[in-house]
Amino acid sequence: MGGLGRVMNPVLGGRPEGVSTLHFAMDDADGVDTRQRLVVVGNGMAGARVVEEVLERGGGDQFAITVFGEEPHGNYNRIMLSHVLAGEEHEDDIVLNSHDWYADNGVQLRAGVRVRRIDTHAKVVHAADGTATSYDQLVLATGSRSFIPPMTGLYRSDDEFLPGVFGFRTIDDTRAMLAAAAEHEKAVVVGGGLLGLEAARALQGHGLQVEVVHAGTHLMNQQLDPDGGAILKQSVESLGIVVHLATRTTEVIGPDRVRGVVLADGRAIDADMLVIAAGIRPVTEVALMSGIEVERGVVVDDQLRTDDPDVYAVGECAQHRGEVYGLVAPVWEQARVLADLLTGTDPDAEYHGSRTATKLKVAGVDVATMGVNRPERDTDEFLVISEPRRGVHLSVVVRDDRLIGATLLGDTRKVAFLTQAFDRGTPLPEERITLLVDLSDGAGSSDGREPGVAELPGDSQVCNCNGVSKQDICDTVASGCTTVGGVMDRTRAGKGCGSCKGLVKQIVEWAADGDVVEDPAESWYVPGIPLAKPALMAAIREQGLLSVSAVFAALAPGGAEDAKSKMGLTSLLRMIWGADHVQENDAKFINDRVHGNIQRDGTFSVVPQIKGGVTTPAQLRRIADVAEKYEVPMVKITGGQRIDLLGVRKEDLPAMWDDLGMPSGYAYGKSFRTVKTCVGTDFCRFGLGDSTQLGIDLETRFQGIESPAKMKLAVVGCPRNCAEAYVKDVGVVAVGNGKWEVYVGGAAGATIRKGDLLATVDSPAAVIELTGRFLQYYRENANWLERTYDFVPRVGLERIKHVLLEDGEGILADLDEGMQRSIDAYTDPWGQDGRQPATPGQFRTALPLVDLPKVPVR
Amino acid sequence: MSVVDQSTTTAHVVGRVDDVPLGEGRAFVAGGVQVAVFRLRDGSLHATQAACPHAGGPLADGQTDADVLVCPLHLFAYRWRDGASTSGAAPVRLFAVHEEDGQLVVDV
Ligand code: SRM
Ligand SMILES: Cc1cc2nc3c(=O)[nH]c(=O)nc-3n(C[C@H](O)[C@H](O)[C@H](O)COP(=O)(O)OP(=O)(O)OC[C@H]3O[C@@H](n4cnc5c(N)ncnc54)[C@H](O)[C@@H]3O)c2cc1C
Ligand code: SF4
Ligand code: FES
Repeated sequence: MGGLGRVMNPVLGGRPEGVSTLHFAMDDADGVDTRQRLVVVGNGMAGARVVEEVLERGGGDQFAITVFGEEPHGNYNRIMLSHVLAGEEHEDDIVLNSHDWYADNGVQLRAGVRVRRIDTHAKVVHAADGTATSYDQLVLATGSRSFIPPMTGLYRSDDEFLPGVFGFRTIDDTRAMLAAAAEHEKAVVVGGGLLGLEAARALQGHGLQVEVVHAGTHLMNQQLDPDGGAILKQSVESLGIVVHLATRTTEVIGPDRVRGVVLADGRAIDADMLVIAAGIRPVTEVALMSGIEVERGVVVDDQLRTDDPDVYAVGECAQHRGEVYGLVAPVWEQARVLADLLTGTDPDAEYHGSRTATKLKVAGVDVATMGVNRPERDTDEFLVISEPRRGVHLSVVVRDDRLIGATLLGDTRKVAFLTQAFDRGTPLPEERITLLVDLSDGAGSSDGREPGVAELPGDSQVCNCNGVSKQDICDTVASGCTTVGGVMDRTRAGKGCGSCKGLVKQIVEWAADGDVVEDPAESWYVPGIPLAKPALMAAIREQGLLSVSAVFAALAPGGAEDAKSKMGLTSLLRMIWGADHVQENDAKFINDRVHGNIQRDGTFSVVPQIKGGVTTPAQLRRIADVAEKYEVPMVKITGGQRIDLLGVRKEDLPAMWDDLGMPSGYAYGKSFRTVKTCVGTDFCRFGLGDSTQLGIDLETRFQGIESPAKMKLAVVGCPRNCAEAYVKDVGVVAVGNGKWEVYVGGAAGATIRKGDLLATVDSPAAVIELTGRFLQYYRENANWLERTYDFVPRVGLERIKHVLLEDGEGILADLDEGMQRSIDAYTDPWGQDGRQPATPGQFRTALPLVDLPKVPVR
Repeated sequence: MSVVDQSTTTAHVVGRVDDVPLGEGRAFVAGGVQVAVFRLRDGSLHATQAACPHAGGPLADGQTDADVLVCPLHLFAYRWRDGASTSGAAPVRLFAVHEEDGQLVVDV
């Protein structure tokens, strides 16, 4: 599918040398293997899971297992392909069973080999490579393929799409789309179901303009009712994706490659990619060619047996009691039943169908559905809460006091309880509305009605994507694995769509009964050094490590450098050693190397320091002259009360700084940024304190200080808060009678949080002292990139007060001293590097042939 | 997945080894092609296309370690070994580069 030559692609989960066919001591060439021969056709999620379940039941001694897979790859998590397409996940991370895994478990993997037909009389499998393989028991797990609706001009030859047309089923499809996305601008996605919307969102994330063409009258019509679909459409469109409903693509405009499509109503849409995600069809050719009964899928009974007693079918290719499934949860159940039967663990095991409850994130919107989505009888109760403006649509269908269906769109907080009520028919609250909303004002499960993790039955499925039950998690914890990350690695819980991560964490915590070991890697300061911040700081101090390369050599596993750890370490070393830190330019992010913020076209911005937002005519004149002289494409007043010169060539930076004669405003660093102020007592008729002067003094004292994340402050002259002090990392508010309130941990960026009142003090000097102590405490204790709005609630206001106001840990003198060391180490980087480059070519352009700047000139 | 797959290449002297500080990268033009040359702290030399396959970021301004090069714009990483992106972008093109009498020689 996708028309991409497979041979050129690396094998996913393969061995480095690309070995794909393996032989073992026990295989039949020796003539001593007395085991039965189990052959599995299809190495997808179902086939591989059957093998795993068989091995888990000791089936390795009973069976010599051979798996045929048409794809050359190991087994990978197909449901993660949307994440790979979105660039959120690397393809190597979605491998479930690598070629090595098969080898290690004595399973013969015939990867890249398609099975043609089975001779059920001779019990032999004929493969496309001409081989014949005998079996005693055979499992068909051939899955599905994309359904390709008819349209003219779609194919270049019999079995090859026009270039630019893609299905969305395999890793090779995904790779081909990623490659195409890098080169193209417009995509049309056919299909407004789960897959189509995921593809649309992912492609849009690569900067493509995307339009979705959906034949149904509303999006996700398999799962949602029309009202829910309409709300989802709004959410999807608000992302900038155009949606066409109730129409089809009838023609692909070519001829050499995709140029656009024509809709049923005659409209044409330009496009250079066409992605077809209009549904799936079971792959049944092998069964058909072998004379096995096929309707929509391969027909199986409750023991997953086809009409041939030694041939079974599982997964999306199977049709059981008239149902063909298109989700992974039923695959897990079927694989367990089949393994019980094959190994004789439970000879009476039966599969009775799956009640599919799905919880997904579709194009960034949470969706959970189970059972029916509309009332079916007059006596059915139907409760709907619809908030189109927030993109929320919730409904439940209740019959005879039992939940028979629920649809949650945009808000899935209630999904755990509803899934359980749906699966087990647990009693429902009298007040039906509490099924959908907490009436206890956000108090959540404390109303006693919603079961906590303790009450969840052991066999209830926690991770639908990977079929992991609460019991599986508890067993893993009991076997000694007590980190959340460790349990996730072992059971794969939470490694699918990720929507159950919170629940997994709760269960691990509950099962470990307070013994949860924090995930070590989670607590490391930087990913490349296995130490939490306090231990890392202690080691750096004890061993006198003055440079980033010295830290790697002494503390990283194998002394290995790690690119993504360098910036955090540079910041930490500067804090610890002040002026004694040995600078290494390669350990700095580009912004810190050239003291400007890199722009999308590789140019930089220049933001001179304008303390407290107060400037002078002379400064403004100089800025204006410089902007003209260097043809600065945009001059902008920033949200931080100063002036930004954007789109400056790297090679112009030093001369510009020199002409400006102003220090750097540090608008690029993880460092102290700005102190916004209001006009205060000098001019404002309400001013209660000289906020302007205090802001300037704060900025003068703490300018340029590096920290785990940005530090932005503000001082206002009264509680009218004109410079937004309540929502700053440190915000200072004059309240009259010479008093000042100091707030910490406020935010109004990606997160909005009102700061916590740390103290009310009675002089500007006291404000400066307390600010210094808070900032230093934060610098020493916050995680890399943790802003104060996360740090303050994590540590707790009480603790911070105890340390900073009462000297509860006896460290105030150290804090003062640590801050003073950094203040003494301050030098203006523009003055310094501008004159004497730190390394050769520090300001050489990095893209010599491109005309810069590319950003629009205003 | 093309790596060093040119059948015919020409060697170009693009500058001096000292032009690239230890651990950093610098951009050059080799036979009309923009390349980014890196000198890792272990002394090894690497060369890639100068513009990031993701959105054209200046790779010479990126950060490196023994395994990967990280683009400064959106922090996508590319493996030295084969140019593949570990973040799902298209691979970066690699060029052979070596030192000759203090000169940097890139095969394009
Ligand atoms: C220039 C400016 C926008 C403007 O035109 O006004 C700006 C521009 C950028 N902001 Fe900002 N922010 C600017 C004021 C703000 C403010 C307002 C303020 O400072 O009072 C905020 C909210 C306060 C805060 O920080 O929480 C703000 C919250 C952010 C955030 C969200 C931080 C958060 O954790 O919530 C980011 C992203 C980040 O830091 O990861 C960000 C990141 C950025 C970056 C640096 C994006 C980047 O990483 O490249 C932008 C750089 C553009 C450039 O090339 O120069 N900018 N940004 C403002 C410069 C202020 C200054 O003079 O220093
Ligand atoms: C992009 C995407 C996103 C998805 N997201 C979700 C999700 O969020 N939640 C969810 O529950 N489900 C999701 N699914 C569905 C889920 O992936 C499937 O339900 C699951 O993979 C079915 O497993 P299977 O083994 O039956 O089929 P497959 O995984 O397709 O495996 C079948 C295998 O058999 C091989 N094969 C076929 N014919 C032959 C032959 N003749 N010889 C040898 N080998 C053969 C095929 O090459 C294939 O590798 C998603 C699917 C896709 C494509
Ligand atoms: S809000 Fe800030 S980060 Fe976002 S685009 Fe504007 S300047 Fe850039
Ligand atoms: S441009 Fe390089 S990562 Fe985006």
